[in-house]
Amino acid sequence: MSEPIISLDHVSYAYEENGKEAVQDVSLAIPRGAFHAILGQNGSGKSTLAKLINGLYAPTGGKITVCGMDTQDEKNTWEIRRRAGMVFQNPDNQLVATIVREDVAFGLENIGVPTEEMPARIEQALRDVGMTEYADRAPHLLSGGQKQRVAIAGVLAMQPEAIIFDESTAMLDPKGRQEVFSAVQRLNREQGITVLWITHFMEEAAACQVAHIMHEGKLVSSGDPREIFKDTAALAPYHLDAPPMAKLAQELREAGMPLADGILTAEEMAQEVAKLCR
Amino acid sequence: MLNNITLGQYYPADSIVHKLDPRVKILLLVALIVGIFLGQNLLSYVPVALFLFLAARLSKVPFSMLLKGLKPLRFILVFTFVLNIFFLQGETPLLNLGFAVIKTESVITAIHYCLRLVLLVLASSLLTLTTAPVTLTDGLERLLSPLRVIHFPAHEMAMMMTIALRFIPTLLEEADKIMKAQTARGADFESGNLLNRAKAMVPLLVPLFVGAFRRAGDLAMAMEARCYHGGEGRTRLRVLKCQKNDYLSCLIMALVILLIILCGKVY
Repeated sequence: MSEPIISLDHVSYAYEENGKEAVQDVSLAIPRGAFHAILGQNGSGKSTLAKLINGLYAPTGGKITVCGMDTQDEKNTWEIRRRAGMVFQNPDNQLVATIVREDVAFGLENIGVPTEEMPARIEQALRDVGMTEYADRAPHLLSGGQKQRVAIAGVLAMQPEAIIFDESTAMLDPKGRQEVFSAVQRLNREQGITVLWITHFMEEAAACQVAHIMHEGKLVSSGDPREIFKDTAALAPYHLDAPPMAKLAQELREAGMPLADGILTAEEMAQEVAKLCR
Repeated sequence: MLNNITLGQYYPADSIVHKLDPRVKILLLVALIVGIFLGQNLLSYVPVALFLFLAARLSKVPFSMLLKGLKPLRFILVFTFVLNIFFLQGETPLLNLGFAVIKTESVITAIHYCLRLVLLVLASSLLTLTTAPVTLTDGLERLLSPLRVIHFPAHEMAMMMTIALRFIPTLLEEADKIMKAQTARGADFESGNLLNRAKAMVPLLVPLFVGAFRRAGDLAMAMEARCYHGGEGRTRLRVLKCQKNDYLSCLIMALVILLIILCGKVY
């Protein structure tokens, strides 16, 4: 396998103000084209981790490599941010311009893309997130999910290799959440963009290839979400709630129903139950 | 470009005036203001008025919209007029009111001042009515960018204006939300005297300010993540280019100025 696109080697980070270590000795590697989740409750250090990867913070210990570049080296900063874009939590606070099209252009203007190239890249990025018809709207008139998709388009136009989503669905309603998540899944599938999905929603983490669980600044578990979520009792100390269907499956199993392992969604539950009824 | 921001007084329409380069429009306004002050006699306002009439006609902005800009000015106009009539010196008496004699010269000067005011406001209204705020900011940035040599932050100023324009609706929405939340908890924003009402604004303004600072922090982070590092080495999506109409309008403006000067010599 080729070299991982993002790799963290014993990374620690302490905030200057209080000296509290928000991230402690975290090591992980994300292969090119993968779709990984980082899961944790509030204050687990997962957002700090995102900002470390993007070079917004410099690690106080260890080493972070993104696309083969060390984030500590200041001359890499802009190239890292272009190649590993980031989408934040609050949809209102990351759009800069007063028109969607111009907001998507913001990143391109910053990295000095020639004017002639911009319209095509903007159109493409908006098409990829299904926002073409909103190109001339004002951002404040869009729904939360639409704003987040514009933010994704803004990153996408810069042709990144990876995108880090820092709780990008936390402030959206279920419909917006679905809309954004499936847009990201499509980007991963069709364009091979590496995704690091930071969230506290287990349902979303369950749909990723690999889930990393953070608790109090430490990486406590990594692996196939189906394996991790199977053991609902083991998750309890991390204050994470297993997806409702995983919990239900566990309880049904305890009550004597021979359900298969790894049930995470309502659909899978329905299929399993249907199998049993046959 | 369709622009549905209800900010300022931009009147979206598809016209020659709307399509003019914003830099040219700003410069034309400056030239026209100079022209208005060059005026020596009442006759010299005719070319200015004609130019404005023509531009307004071409811009497809309804005259009523344009005249609305004068409404807040009506007290100042009356005040200027009355003050000038009574306090300016003159020789030819026009009307004897008993306590004061109104002179012909002072009436003419009063009309002068009022006309100037009206024309100034109409001219600048026409600019803001036909130019979207973003475009205006763009034009200003380009016009001021030569001043960078003396360290004038032209790009930063334009960026600040753009962000302000972007966040005004967001902050208004938030203010409305906070107001409703406070009202639901028994806050009263409407009754009482001025002092009481000002006091009632405190629980509205404090969360609004705190929120704005939090937003600013978030936005700064997001801008950095999108590779923003100041105006250096930045390219632009929209490039302003002067076209035939831009040059033509400058030519017309030159004619107007010439006419104003000529009118001054007629008497």
